[in-house]
Amino acid sequence: MAKKVLVLAEAKDGNLRNVTFEALNAARRISNGGTVVAAAFGSAAGGFVNTLAHYGADQVVVVNNAKLDQYTTDGYLQAFTRVIEHTQPDAIVLGHTALGKDLAPRVAAKLDLGLISDCTDIEVNGDEVITTRPIYSGKAFAKRKFKSGTLFLTVRPNNIGFDEPDTSRSAQTEELAVELSDDTLRTLVKEVVKKTAGGVDLTEAKIIVSGGRGVKSAEGFKVLYELAEVLGGAVGASRGACDAGYCDYSLQIGQTGKVVTPDLYIACGISGAIQHLAGMSNSKVIVAINKDPEANIFQVADYGIVGDLFEVVPKLTEEFKKLLAEG
Amino acid sequence: MNIVVCLKQTFDTEEKITIKDGQINEDGVEFIINPYDEYAVEEAIKLKEQFGGEVTVITVGPDRAENALRTALAMGADKAVLINDESIFGDEYTIAKVLAAAVKRNGFDIVLAGNVAVDDGAGQGGPRLAELLDIPQITTITKLEIDGDKVTAERDVEGDVEIIETKLPVLVTAQQGLNEPRYPSLPGIMKAKKKPLERLTAADLGIDPAEVAAKTETLEVFLPPKKQAGKILEGDLDAQAKELVSLLRNEAKVI
Repeated sequence: MAKKVLVLAEAKDGNLRNVTFEALNAARRISNGGTVVAAAFGSAAGGFVNTLAHYGADQVVVVNNAKLDQYTTDGYLQAFTRVIEHTQPDAIVLGHTALGKDLAPRVAAKLDLGLISDCTDIEVNGDEVITTRPIYSGKAFAKRKFKSGTLFLTVRPNNIGFDEPDTSRSAQTEELAVELSDDTLRTLVKEVVKKTAGGVDLTEAKIIVSGGRGVKSAEGFKVLYELAEVLGGAVGASRGACDAGYCDYSLQIGQTGKVVTPDLYIACGISGAIQHLAGMSNSKVIVAINKDPEANIFQVADYGIVGDLFEVVPKLTEEFKKLLAEG
Repeated sequence: MNIVVCLKQTFDTEEKITIKDGQINEDGVEFIINPYDEYAVEEAIKLKEQFGGEVTVITVGPDRAENALRTALAMGADKAVLINDESIFGDEYTIAKVLAAAVKRNGFDIVLAGNVAVDDGAGQGGPRLAELLDIPQITTITKLEIDGDKVTAERDVEGDVEIIETKLPVLVTAQQGLNEPRYPSLPGIMKAKKKPLERLTAADLGIDPAEVAAKTETLEVFLPPKKQAGKILEGDLDAQAKELVSLLRNEAKVI
């Protein structure tokens, strides 16, 4: 049976996020020849229609309401519930992002639905959809499916992938009015303090340069930032580095902290405690740089350099600069 | 202030995961309070110290989960509820319904929980519970201030910080950085043994297990494929740096 699958588009700094393209790709597969509907919220939503179509949406429902320019749980809960009631989808897919994590379970509870969150893979065999998701922060995996009813998934950034956009595609657009009275918006966002301005988000980064206790100080992270900048990547850290005050806890990767799966993970001065490995060992390619040849991190590394990160990392930065200048 | 914390007992994060008879093997495993829930317990106790009132800790789980509740009581919580009933050990949908019934039965001004458990990692409990209780939520908080019924919290949003205002009653979920959980003191541990711990079943909560039956099922659990041993580069560091960059481009094809 062909399915109608709904995706909530998510933008950051004025652009659609890659995870939205991954969600559209997942939706296309789940739809089994059916219809992919994207919902886009806020004053800028109309501008996303073509891009959403290029990445697989057949229809776009636009809720052009300035109260949705900034995410709030109550605003998005009401708008998304309204879109679901309006489109009556067989399946719903969101990104497993800060927004998706806050919104999807709440929507599921409101509509009395199940939800399988943080999926890293989806198998579609006709009507049946089987999801794979990490458990114990990636120390193991579980395959799960819905017994019945509407399918509802969130997909982890960087795992499902997406195809090159097809610019010949277009989508039907529909404006849906959603009234949001102020007394129903119970939380107020007073201020957003941008700490990652211009930087790459850790969970969506293709390349992560990460530092541990071996970095020795906040100042020491400078060489990692320089390498990350050349590679267009993000900087992460181990718990040891965060506990020692070298960097903010928002950078922590591990079983507590963020779980990441970039294409390339460069671990600098990280010994490789089991909690840290849980957060990064499913990265596609892992490089370890550590003075201690016995460090655990080398057990999961594809490539290792035994040496002082303060000598090795600047050399790598120079080599990458040369390589990328060649194109 | 009537303060409720929902927590989960999880594997110690030090534990290696093995599979036995198609299930995650619990033999010989050390259990702890889910680290994010531990932040919630600590914050709850700090609220009690500031405003007075009572901290109730609630969990759904088997007998062994009593230890996690006793630890929370030893930290300073006042009473505990253990919902130990296999008929409602369902999925996230089921557990949220059961917790909502237990929290409503207890009453609340504020509900705290971790933002995610380090075992299943679904992160659904908090937002589902807030919806079922029909109260606002602030997830992944790193700071909480309450003044009268006004609540101000800072939340971690993928590295940026949102400052959120709302009013009690509210549900918040804890993120790392919120606080530094205290260790239970010896007198705390002694006292905890005498603090009330109530055991409930689905029937006690007026829940028909069939009505809250899981919407999803787990088909299989498995371990990730073992990684092959990697290549440790040799030679002087300049040569190693050159070789690595070349390998990443030509062999691994990630640059």
